[in-house]
Order: sequence, then C-alpha cells, then structure tokens
Amino acid sequence: MSERALVRLRKVNKFYGSNHVVKNFTLDVQEGEFLTILGSSGCGKTTTLRMVAGFEQPTDGQILVGGVDMAEKEPYERDVNTVFQSYALFPHMSVFDNVAYGLKMKRTPKGEIQKRVMEMLELVQLGGFEHRMPAQLSGGQKQRVAIARALINRPKVLLLDEPLGALDLKLRKQMQLELKRLQRKLNITFLYVTHDQEEALTMSDRIAVMHDGMLEQVGVPKEIYEAPESKFVATFIGETNLFEGMVSSVEGDAVSVAVESGAVCGRAEGFREGEIVAVSVRPERVQYSLSPVEGFTIQGLVKEQIYVGSVLKSIVVLPNGYEVRLERLAGDALPADGPVYLYWQPQDARLIHPRDQEVYHAVETAVMG
Amino acid sequence: MSKRRFRSSTAPVLTMVGPVSLWLVFFVAVPLLYVFVMSFCSIDENYNVVFRFTLANYRGLLDVDYLQIYVQSILIAFFATALCLLLGYPFAFLISRTFKSRKTILYMMVIIPFWTNSLIRIYGWRTFLGASGWLNQALMALRLTDSPVELLFNRGATILGMAYVLFPFMVLPLYTAIEKLDQSQLEASADLGGRRGATFFNVILPQTVSGVFSGCIMVFIPSLGYFYVADILGGGNSDVIGNLIERQFQSGNNWPLGAALSIILIAVTLLLVKLYQKCGGDIQSLGV
Repeated sequence: MSERALVRLRKVNKFYGSNHVVKNFTLDVQEGEFLTILGSSGCGKTTTLRMVAGFEQPTDGQILVGGVDMAEKEPYERDVNTVFQSYALFPHMSVFDNVAYGLKMKRTPKGEIQKRVMEMLELVQLGGFEHRMPAQLSGGQKQRVAIARALINRPKVLLLDEPLGALDLKLRKQMQLELKRLQRKLNITFLYVTHDQEEALTMSDRIAVMHDGMLEQVGVPKEIYEAPESKFVATFIGETNLFEGMVSSVEGDAVSVAVESGAVCGRAEGFREGEIVAVSVRPERVQYSLSPVEGFTIQGLVKEQIYVGSVLKSIVVLPNGYEVRLERLAGDALPADGPVYLYWQPQDARLIHPRDQEVYHAVETAVMG
Repeated sequence: MSKRRFRSSTAPVLTMVGPVSLWLVFFVAVPLLYVFVMSFCSIDENYNVVFRFTLANYRGLLDVDYLQIYVQSILIAFFATALCLLLGYPFAFLISRTFKSRKTILYMMVIIPFWTNSLIRIYGWRTFLGASGWLNQALMALRLTDSPVELLFNRGATILGMAYVLFPFMVLPLYTAIEKLDQSQLEASADLGGRRGATFFNVILPQTVSGVFSGCIMVFIPSLGYFYVADILGGGNSDVIGNLIERQFQSGNNWPLGAALSIILIAVTLLLVKLYQKCGGDIQSLGV
C-alpha cells in the first residue's frame, strides 16, 4: 500500500537558522485521497506544504511525488499545484487569463485553452465571469478562480493552504462541501492544510495532526476523534476531559486508574499496573448519578449549566478544583444542590500512554511536591 | 451674521492657504509668465529685450544647427534613460527582495550620493576618467594601453554622467513599484509552470510598468536640460537642449530665444507627463 503512495515524505526536517520547524516528518498520501494536515498556527504545516510545492527546500529528508524524488525539481517542474491562502490572483489579468495561465505556460494550443478554461469556470460555477478582473470579484469568487487556476493543469496533487481562511463562516461551510464535491468528481489527490478541526473532520478522508513540527497521529476522522493517541490530539480535536493518574489494576481489558480525585475505569489493551496514564472522556460520554457507581469514586458539585438549544452543557467541579464538562441532550437539568457522582461506560474512555516527555514532567512534578 | 461667518470660516482658511498661494504666484506663476511673454519679444541691436511681438524666436528654433542638437540631446537622454533602466531595475529588485539590514545599506548607497552636490560628483567623474585619471593610470599599469585613452569629451561620457546623476530617480519609483508586488504571485506563477523569464514578463513587468514609466520620465526629462553634465564631461562635443538655453542667457545674450527654447522644453515635459497619465501612471509617484 505505502509503496504505491502518490506523495511520500520521508524523515523530512526543516530548519530556519537554528529554528527546527519541521521535525522528522514522515507521511504517505494515497492517490485520490483528501488528506488534511491539521495543527495550530506555527506548527510547521504550511512549511511542509511549501516543501511539497517546491517553494522551500527540506534541510534533510526526502519528498517523492509519483515515485520521483523532488529534491532537484523547481516548482514549475512539479506535477503539483497550489491554492494560496491569499489567493495570489494576478490582478492585471482577467479571470479567463488567470485560469488560462498554467495552460499558456505549457504552450497549449489556443483552441484547447479556450475550451478547457470555459469548462473549468463552469465546474467552479463561474460561467460568465471570464472577462471580470479580480478586483471586481467577491472573496468567494476569488477563491473559486484560485481553485480553477490550480486545477486547470490537472495536477497529480492539489495543495491547499488554508484556502477558506478569509471567508465568512457561512461561505466557508458551503465551500467545504463544494471542495469535497470537486475532489470526488475530478478524483485528484488533495493535500489540505488547516487549523480548523471542524473543517478537517468535515472534509477529509484522513487527517494528519501536527504539533510543534512533529506528526502526532494520522487516521480517518473517526479514529482521530475517538481514539486519540496523544494528549495533544485528544484536547486539540473536539472538547475532552483529561484525567491523569496511575493504573491501579488490570483485569483482562478492564483497567482501573487512580486519579487525584478518586478512581475511574476504562477499557484498553496493553497497560500494566503502576503505569502512568491519561484518561480522555468526551463531554457527551460523561454521565451522572445520585448514588455511587461501581468502579468510579469521583464526585463533585454542579457549577454551571448552559442551555445551547439542542444540548445542555454542564460543568461539575471536583474536590481538587478540576472542572469536568458534560454535554447531554437537552432535557433534565443536573441537580444543583448536592453532590453528583460522575461515571461513564468503560469503553467510552480513551486511555493514552503519555509520551516520554510528558512522563518526565509528571514524575518531576510528583517529586518536586 | 454673514460677517461672523466670514470670520469663522474664511479667515482661517486664508491664513493657511494664503502664504502658499502667494509663494506659488510670485515664484512659479509670475516667472513662468515672464518667460512665456519674453519668448514673444524682440531684441534691439544692443541685445536689449524690447516688448515688440514676434514669432521670430520660435522660427529660429528650427535652425538646422539647433535641430541637430535636439536630435543629439534626445539620443543622449534616451541612452541615459536606457542605461538607468537596465542597471536600475535589477538593483531596485535586489533592494526590495533582500533582507532588512542589507536593504538599508543598499538603499543608503542610492540616497547618500543624492545628498551631495551633483556638480562636485560630476567633477569627480572627470578626475576619474581624465587622461591622467585613476582609470587611465590603472589601464596603463596593467599594460592594457600605452598612452591614455580618451574617455572624456564625447557623447558616451555625457550619457554616463547623466545616467549617474539621475540614477536615484530611476531606482526610487521602481523600488516603490516592486515593493508592492506580492511574493505569493511569483510563487503562483512558478507553481503554474512559469519559468523565471515567463514570470518576469507575465507577472512582474506588467505590475511594475508604472514604476518603469515614472522612472523613465524622471530621468529622460532632466537629461534634456542638465547642461553642466554635458559641459564638464562632454566638453562641448555633446550639447543638450539645456546647453542651448544656458548659452542664450549667458554668452549669446539672446534672452527671448532662450525663453522660447525653455517654453518648448516645458511643453515637451508636459506632453510626456500627459502621456504617462494616459497610460495609467499616477502623478503623485512622480514627486519622489
């Protein structure tokens, strides 16, 4: 499978001076898939994309597109095209000339240019706009021109660098669906960069979460959301409640964990007694009871309840001050006057092995008091 | 009521605009009008200006000797402009694309000579290019030549001098235009298959053409008039229109003829500026 990957990044590193921006980044992008690199700003995701496009050179490591090493290839020699965050439309050219630019550079015959540009404009729903200048277009229309211009050369991979960042929310939602439709229709591989987790979850076949220059986890959206492999992924994608503690007992796949405010349990393989572990539970999975539930001894007081239409968001404060978030379908409110016991179905919790660095910090904190 | 209004609005406006207007009237409008009127005046046998209307001065401008100098002056201005553009464009590009500290140094390399009197700098060139100048000494020391090469007193030297003095006027508008270019557009062009040459001609040049235009105007027009450059480096062998004017007011002592020449030069300037505006140029960017 990975041998046939269309884009392969192999142990790619990028330094700006002494600043290590991309760290040992390895990723395969399969042909025809919509892969999103998701991360907060400054995590190195745009730099990674720019290295694939050829605007930046990796300090070391290898990038292959269609099995060909890109090391010595100029941007104009690569079978990839980019949709820029700022659109980067040529302001002195009409919509037609902007879209035709790639074909003109490839010395395509005039008649074919005419035909293909018109088809492409039709495809991005800009038929009839060919004589407009970029300054006469709205943000959403400019975005469509940028996409059409990048797709006209039929690239092997389309690189998109936060292309919807400048659009308002409603337009963004609409463009998300439209991009997905385009990608399916043209069957072109999309490598998409964004900091918006909802966008990533909506559009992607797979998501690669990046943090501090490193690849944290790659997987389908459901895996990323339901089975985060690191504390960063658990907290970055959606909301979660994180409990840190130590495995107190293991029976088959039932794992009990002692956390500061009591005992909780989960279901997982591969944990040993005495191990440091983080337990992640999504707010919609946390339940409450007025009497203790077997395996759980955490209880707290209801601090706040917020009604947001379809759901009721509650915050329960534990004795150590930690705030647990609950999300329930609107209906019954939590009792505000007495302690509530919190629990969840063991399979709803995700147990995470802390990374070495995190273990180090945890031990250090424990020793220092 | 109306009196109060006058005091509250007109008076402050007058105090602000008045001095400037007076300045402009006395030091720009009146002298220009004076030159304009004089260009239609005659001179008597003692070379005194007399107010007798004539078109003889303008007819005199069509003298064959003068026509030769116009052509020569236009050629000198053209080559000086071309030289400035060829050197100035890459230089302006370099300034706008380099990192901060080097940018300041390069920028200062253009600006600081600009603050020094250009007459002195032109004399510097004369010393440098002269028969016993450094360049000739170096050439002879390297045994490239036995006797000094005549580098001065020709059109080439005048073109070089014009280009040298007016170089900042080319670089600054170009720099302003190139600085406005969006780097991601250059990347977009490369991304879509444009090699460096194609990117330059399709993306960079069309968007900086106003800078090219204003730079060319700012070099071309003064090149027609900077008589001291032609005097010092050209040694009378490469007169420009400025020399003709200067001579009429000095040794020739024919002020009306000089005035007519000046009026024609002003008219040509205005025409070029008009052309520049017609081509979409911004009049503000000429005021570097």
